[in-house]
Amino acid sequence: MLSVKHLLGIKELTKKDIEQIFKTADNFKQVLQRPIKKVPTLRDTTIANIFFENSTRTRLSFELAEKRLGADVVNFSASGSSVSKGETLIDTVNNILAMKVDMVVMRHAASGAPWFLAQHIDASIINAGDGTNEHPTQALLDAYSIKEKLGSLEGKRVTIIGDIMHSRVALSNIFCLAKLGAEVTVSGPPTLIPKHIESLGVRVEYNVKKALEWCDVANVLRIQLERQHKPLFSTLREYALYYGVNRQMLDSLEKEIVIMHPGPINRGVELNSDVADSKQSIILDQVENGVAIRMAVIYLLSGKRETLE
Amino acid sequence: MKTLLKSDQLNITLQRLAHQLVENHLSFKDTVIIGIQPRGIFLSDRIYKMVKKITGNNKIGYGRLDITFYRDDVQSRDIQVPTDTDIPFSIEGKSVVLIDDVLHTGRTIRSALDALIDYGRPKNVELLVLIDRRFSRELPVQPDYAGHSVDTILTQKVKVYWKEKDGKDEVVLIDKIGN
Repeated sequence: MLSVKHLLGIKELTKKDIEQIFKTADNFKQVLQRPIKKVPTLRDTTIANIFFENSTRTRLSFELAEKRLGADVVNFSASGSSVSKGETLIDTVNNILAMKVDMVVMRHAASGAPWFLAQHIDASIINAGDGTNEHPTQALLDAYSIKEKLGSLEGKRVTIIGDIMHSRVALSNIFCLAKLGAEVTVSGPPTLIPKHIESLGVRVEYNVKKALEWCDVANVLRIQLERQHKPLFSTLREYALYYGVNRQMLDSLEKEIVIMHPGPINRGVELNSDVADSKQSIILDQVENGVAIRMAVIYLLSGKRETLE
Repeated sequence: MKTLLKSDQLNITLQRLAHQLVENHLSFKDTVIIGIQPRGIFLSDRIYKMVKKITGNNKIGYGRLDITFYRDDVQSRDIQVPTDTDIPFSIEGKSVVLIDDVLHTGRTIRSALDALIDYGRPKNVELLVLIDRRFSRELPVQPDYAGHSVDTILTQKVKVYWKEKDGKDEVVLIDKIGN
């Protein structure tokens, strides 16, 4: 059983929690490989996916995970809803909960939104990404995919490249990898790396080539143009030239490193197709593992609501 | 606390169960053995070995089934981290011998049947248990092979100890109150 009632961020999880999620995900992965990919575990549970921000992968992955656990699912996206009429977050969510929903999966553009919500409602909340803060299920599936590929995370070196400043994936990954004993370096243009990030126990290396030489695994992040309100680098071409990861660069390294990307990829910008589609890349394994990890998180949080008795 | 079976008695009982299985399934050509996780597998491990020895058939299918996701009380008890399911063969059209240590309310077996059927459609399913707690059933489930039957009340608990796990072979009846 997890030490938390909600999955808000990796920051609040213990190492034991993460290991428990991984162990449970192993079992769900097995279920997903059967002819019948479904279990009836949560057949009396209803889950609302509330997305105030766009998403394809995460939302689909959550919805599949919920359905394969036998739960009923309702989807809500902010566009075309009463949010545009000025309804507050708490009102929106309480209205959904009034229809007897047991669990909420939420993505929101404001950092901290799920923590705020957790103070006001009783249902378990799973953070599917809040602003530039955390994206815990992504970090879990990233770490799980590395573990699957390399056997363990203890002592492994992971470089996170790109838009560290605006990336919730980066922050959650840093917390998660540290808890599991991996070493982390962040790399990218100085304008996209927050000041004082070393205080989280990570190394900073502005030279991507050197950062790649150091690591076992490179997690390449998307340039989040939608969150950059002022110019932080001159052009995408220039970014691709200095910070993009391509075949030539990987071939010049002494060892074969593992390439990851949380998606969606800007092909030709942060990652070239000859890398993204190569056998070094575990991008599609990440997507596959995402469903198992989310099933594990939902399952492990589902028993906690019986505290009223 | 009362001892129901001691080590040597337990061994004789297991031998009897294994022989009964062979009596009905002969060479085990189309029969597979599946133990229920977590505690049923100590019994199924032993029965499997004995059956293999008696029949001389080294190719008997043997699997382990976890039923955590199929329980009907997921919401009302503490969430459990599942154990592994390992069924390295198809159960389609096979005779399945399902094995658990103690049969009590019958709910575990109900879950196990649901879980099993998600792996394929067996020809038939039989149930083998070491201890049958009679008159405490909540569902219409009866064993085809039972090592030992006991009459118990709800507050009592039957505990099976296995050498592999607990360091000794013994079956005891515990009165929960005052224990």
